[in-house]
Amino acid sequence: MNIAVCIKQVPDTAEVRIDPKTNTMVREGVPAIVNPDDLHAVEAAVRLKERFGGRVTILTMGPPQADKSLRRALSLGADDAVLISDKAFAAADTFATTYVLALAVNKLQAERGPVDLVFCGKQALDGDTGQVGPGLARRLGLPVLSYVTGIRSVDPAGREIVVERKLDGWREVLQSRLPALITVGKELNEVRYASLPDMLRAAEYRLVTWTAADLGADPNSVGLRGSPTKVSRSFTPPSRRGGVRLIPGGDTDPRRAAAALADVLMAHGVIGGRGEDSPARAATTVRVG
Amino acid sequence: MPRDVNPADFRGVWVYIEHRDGIAAEVSWELLGAGRGLADSLGVELAGVVLGHQVEPLAAEAFAYGADKVYLVDDPLLAEFRVEAHARAFTRLIETYRPEIVLMGATPCGRELSGTVATAVAAGLTADTTELAVNPENRLLEATRPTFGGKLLATIVCERWRPQMATVRPGVMPRPEPQFRRGGSVVRASLDLSEADLVTRVLERIREPGRADALEKAEVVVAGGRGLGDKRNFALLHELAEVLGGAVAATRAAVDAGWISRDHQVGQTGKTVRPRLYFAIGISGAIQHVVGMQQSGLIVAVNNDASAPIFEVADFGIVGDLFRVVPALTEEFRNRLRGAVGSASSGTGPVGERSDGGGG
Ligand SMILES: Cc1cc2nc3c(=O)[nH]c(=O)nc-3n(C[C@H](O)[C@H](O)[C@H](O)COP(=O)(O)OP(=O)(O)OC[C@H]3O[C@@H](n4cnc5c(N)ncnc54)[C@H](O)[C@@H]3O)c2cc1C
Ligand SMILES: Nc1ncnc2c1ncn2[C@@H]1O[C@H](COP(=O)(O)O)[C@@H](O)[C@H]1O
Repeated sequence: MNIAVCIKQVPDTAEVRIDPKTNTMVREGVPAIVNPDDLHAVEAAVRLKERFGGRVTILTMGPPQADKSLRRALSLGADDAVLISDKAFAAADTFATTYVLALAVNKLQAERGPVDLVFCGKQALDGDTGQVGPGLARRLGLPVLSYVTGIRSVDPAGREIVVERKLDGWREVLQSRLPALITVGKELNEVRYASLPDMLRAAEYRLVTWTAADLGADPNSVGLRGSPTKVSRSFTPPSRRGGVRLIPGGDTDPRRAAAALADVLMAHGVIGGRGEDSPARAATTVRVG
Repeated sequence: MPRDVNPADFRGVWVYIEHRDGIAAEVSWELLGAGRGLADSLGVELAGVVLGHQVEPLAAEAFAYGADKVYLVDDPLLAEFRVEAHARAFTRLIETYRPEIVLMGATPCGRELSGTVATAVAAGLTADTTELAVNPENRLLEATRPTFGGKLLATIVCERWRPQMATVRPGVMPRPEPQFRRGGSVVRASLDLSEADLVTRVLERIREPGRADALEKAEVVVAGGRGLGDKRNFALLHELAEVLGGAVAATRAAVDAGWISRDHQVGQTGKTVRPRLYFAIGISGAIQHVVGMQQSGLIVAVNNDASAPIFEVADFGIVGDLFRVVPALTEEFRNRLRGAVGSASSGTGPVGERSDGGGG
């Protein structure tokens, strides 16, 4: 089986700070990681390759430093990796991103034969849209199976795959034709530890870079120019409200604190049967103190 | 690649009425509420888009929640949510009727569908928005969404491409009060597809135990975090929730520890809730958690660390050991509400008919 996996290098959002003056991300010192869901996509692809043979190729569109992420994926057992990088790609939204990724998958197929499966993460930590998978599938003319939590069976000869996925409140078993595009998250598998030989191979691997020209990309369809959406402003969230009212006695006399809290909550009508006349969803204006 | 469209050719606000077996997802009605405001500012119609099989009754519901019109595609091939068929139907509608704004829920199906449709019609799509506004002069949708884990909000516009699409997080917009005597017009469209054109099949569909939307609907949410220390201690929360007719929720830390299942997680990577009353118990108040609950009516925090950031978002706080405070609260509320339960009109709980016991 030939499998392509799209991964994204993202800033570890847990570490991100926002400069309160400029409302932009402070990049210094923020570690870049492979988007967590994407590691599960790599793992899934490598497991299929181990079972059925074939090759796993990792694709990422990003700055030159994203080679680190490609090497991380190689160390997990992927065979090849391509860095898709060009200044013209900067500031792409998901529409422009899927345009470039689709060109890359097609170039890969032209050079190395048809792809049976494309994997994406279900969403990226930074963009956090979950749109790239479905958008890419649409551009490639592939069925999209998103939020896959289990791969039940794959039949490369019969060109068929059966997966499980989770939607709000439902578990679904879906059958699809191959080739297909699958998006996955951490429910799917446990990511392995890289073996020493794989780590050495990843470190020495000679990466290929594809530019806009290599892909034959239309300059108007990439980067900022090819992106329908634009950020018109960014700002830090206003803090919720004036301040907390502390109910005393939590340490010394919890029962008294409980009684005092019950008093104020009942006075606000949030408990005690006065519900119907003040819908919760209108209650956000309640201010205290 | 940008198709040269004239924005003036696109008029009207559309909302995707997501449903399963004809039962609408709550977010569909929330979006009609939001869409109503946008349509009124622009002076255009608000339409619901209903795709499915034998789903005509949803049109009447959509009118009740504010739609002027419903585009209805009713076909056996749409009985299950298969994105290839639903996207085809939706794309055709957009190409034919040209709305300027299309809203969908940021649910798994809504994300899959919106990502596919936006690519097919070359529309701008803003994901996971929490605020929508429209500028009546230039008719641009201003869609605001949290980024970098809620640390920053970004307002996104789509100047030249149409339609302007956005997905909206469930639970963020208020649900309008339905007016069941409101009517509207139904526009029927056909799906010219046959089973042979489709390559995916739903082999099985199983309801997950525990109603997934109970949490979003609950009027009282009792949420616990790492401070609970152990799976068994969640019983304390279940007791309090039961007395209040509420649902139990958790932080990601508690979910990751295996104390409660993931569909109870509130926050950036979990659910957004907006109950009348939110208890944050043994929760530090990390921004990724707060973004999922900050729109609650009242927030009560119980934490033994007076400097925990949760006290910056809470309305009321009790500094103390949750293992002493929570049982005291349960007992206090139980005593007070003993009389009220009998007199509550719906009889399903002391806080009104939309509450949901326990949390499974
Ligand atoms: C990309 C990303 C996405 C995330 N998404 C989410 C999300 O969707 N939802 C979410 O919740 N988190 C999310 N997180 C994690 C988040 O950053 C925090 O780690 C998490 O919310 C902390 O959970 P907690 O408050 O339960 O635990 P802690 O931060 O460990 O807080 C526990 C609190 O309990 C208090 N406590 C301890 N013992 C007691 C006691 N006996 N009595 C009273 N109080 C006590 C402590 O003082 C402390 O304040 C995300 C993180 C990342 C990086
Ligand atoms: N620049 C990129 N390069 C390669 N893959 C990407 C890129 N951006 C997004 N993806 C893939 O699309 C998934 C979803 O991203 P998003 O739609 O931004 O949430 C990610 O988990 C990746 O698998």
